Amino acid sequence: METFTVHTGRAAPLRRSNVDTDQIIPAVYLKRVTRTGFADGLFAAWRDDPDFVLNRNAHADSTILVAGTEFGTGSSREHAVWALQDYGFRAVIAPRFGDIFRGNALKGGLLPVELDQADVEWLWDALDADPTLEITVDLVRRRVSAGERDWGFALDDHSRWRLMEGLDDIDLTLRDESQITAFETERPQWLPRTLQGR
Amino acid sequence: MPTTTPATMAEKVWRSHTVRMRDGEPDLLYIDLHLVHEVTSPQAFDGLRNAGRKVRRPDLTIATEDHNTPTDNLLTISDPVSRTQIEALRRNCEEFGVRLHPLGDAEQGVVHVVGPQLGLTQPGMTVVCGDSHTSTHGAFGALAFGIGTSEVEHVLATQTLPQQRPKTMAVTVDGVLPEGVSAKDLILAVIAEAGTGGGRGHIVEYRGSAIRALSMEARMTVCNMSIEWGAKAGMIAPDDTTFAYLKGRPHAPEGAEWDEAVAYWRSLATDPGAEFDAEIRIDASTLAPFVTWGTNPGQGVPLSSAVPDPAGFTDPAARSAAERALEYMALSPGTPMRDVSVDVVFLGSCTNGRIEDLRAAAEVMRGRRVSPGVRMLVVPGSARVRAEAESEGLHEVFTQAGAEWRFAGCSMCLGMNPDQLSPGARAASTSNRNFEGRQGRGGRTHLVSPQVAAATAVVGRLAAPADLAAAA
Repeated sequence: METFTVHTGRAAPLRRSNVDTDQIIPAVYLKRVTRTGFADGLFAAWRDDPDFVLNRNAHADSTILVAGTEFGTGSSREHAVWALQDYGFRAVIAPRFGDIFRGNALKGGLLPVELDQADVEWLWDALDADPTLEITVDLVRRRVSAGERDWGFALDDHSRWRLMEGLDDIDLTLRDESQITAFETERPQWLPRTLQGR
Repeated sequence: MPTTTPATMAEKVWRSHTVRMRDGEPDLLYIDLHLVHEVTSPQAFDGLRNAGRKVRRPDLTIATEDHNTPTDNLLTISDPVSRTQIEALRRNCEEFGVRLHPLGDAEQGVVHVVGPQLGLTQPGMTVVCGDSHTSTHGAFGALAFGIGTSEVEHVLATQTLPQQRPKTMAVTVDGVLPEGVSAKDLILAVIAEAGTGGGRGHIVEYRGSAIRALSMEARMTVCNMSIEWGAKAGMIAPDDTTFAYLKGRPHAPEGAEWDEAVAYWRSLATDPGAEFDAEIRIDASTLAPFVTWGTNPGQGVPLSSAVPDPAGFTDPAARSAAERALEYMALSPGTPMRDVSVDVVFLGSCTNGRIEDLRAAAEVMRGRRVSPGVRMLVVPGSARVRAEAESEGLHEVFTQAGAEWRFAGCSMCLGMNPDQLSPGARAASTSNRNFEGRQGRGGRTHLVSPQVAAATAVVGRLAAPADLAAAA
């Protein structure tokens, strides 16, 4: 996983709430068996609208997405995270995220940043006024800054550490493999097994 | 650990699966059952291969083909990209020793229909799947939730998942559901009340006399849609209804083990005096057939009311979402929901593709015809549900009415396989999501119960069975 410490870049204001993962990437784009190649499907239904934010020149090379509340609700498809990353996004700022999307993003190194609705609206207005405005997302200090403004955001220490170090969860877990094995010996015998007759 | 402190069911299941608890880290949970399908697993198996890892517990893993399969035949997947994905699952299951129920198998079907009907989903278990509707299995008092592909790989490799402990919420539904009001109406009403983010960060326990009175299949419908209001999981305490459903299923315990299991299952219910972090109370007697008008599952109203006016929403985000939803749905404020005509009716999915759903719809359609110009797809949730329906003659009720009787799969729920809405087409659908383009690009979805789906197919406009009786 790519590490994340501090990122500065241009941002795209997506003035919509409830952008579910079907909007981020429709199911018809989920047929690939690879982890890359999903950029074409990103916001597919909106991409042929010339007014869509990513089709405006000033926002085309954005690396930060500033979206409305309940971003990434719905389907568990991690392809939504991959599509955003394939397009070039490193962070998404929104008032609230769908739980599964947020977890997938943290696993993959796409930083989900929660700011208050009013701060997100301030960013939208500022980006409309000046599309070249750069936003800095500082995971080390857990702060977002843009122009004269600066906000703190919450992220648990463990997730922050994993992102900063680019650590693989499976490796971390396997450090405790002896505990997993010990747990398995205590499981009741009647629990179902898929490979047995019953 | 002190056992005298009253605990919720969610806390009991969580604790009993905690492999590792360490300050400043998520708990490491053991996973009892991992369900796998073709769409969210190929990259996870690739990850195992690249790291030289095995599936730790193939005996706690089961795969089926559902999302990307056709429902008009069992032999040919005409789209080469879809076929490649299905073939990847078959190769991966073969290589890693995972049991697979492929297209054409007697146990193939939608992953959340297959697990329960095999008796693999049992109370007190942890169940995960790379699919958000894994919450379905909570109907048995299991802790069940959807995960992403990185987590699928993690479970395949370690049979565990690091998880932050969620909060708990009670949704207490007391009273008696009125005649003609189903579990689907109940959960759509809950979501409209709570909003799409209302359950976020919580494991929800549905309780109260109206929940106790539901069948297992109706409970699955309720828990299935927990994710649609953002909940981590939905659970219902196991009781005699649960045990009666499980008894004799292929993977249910037998003999002395059955007795041991039931004793344990009975201990799972939330203790008297246990506290939830939040609670919602609903009076079942106030509920009515419910339909959605917008593009998220929280945008619903009783069938007897009208399309709402966005101007009436006080929250600016909700107002602009409503305005955009009405534009997408091509609906005007004030239009009675019963005046909305549909092109397609879809009966099926992990929400409402079980035998009771098909029976309820067939009862409405018996001796009636699908309205001219309406296409109705009836898609059993699994091959076993299809066979059971055929043994009861339900398929004849549907086909004589002019509906299509199809093979099992996710079908028109998600706009991935060949069953899709065409742009601008409007559907009444028993599935779980009315997102823009969910059932096919440009398609418009109204979420409904099986009973409302059947009546709507007959009338050609959104309707309840009572409307048919009145007309007859």
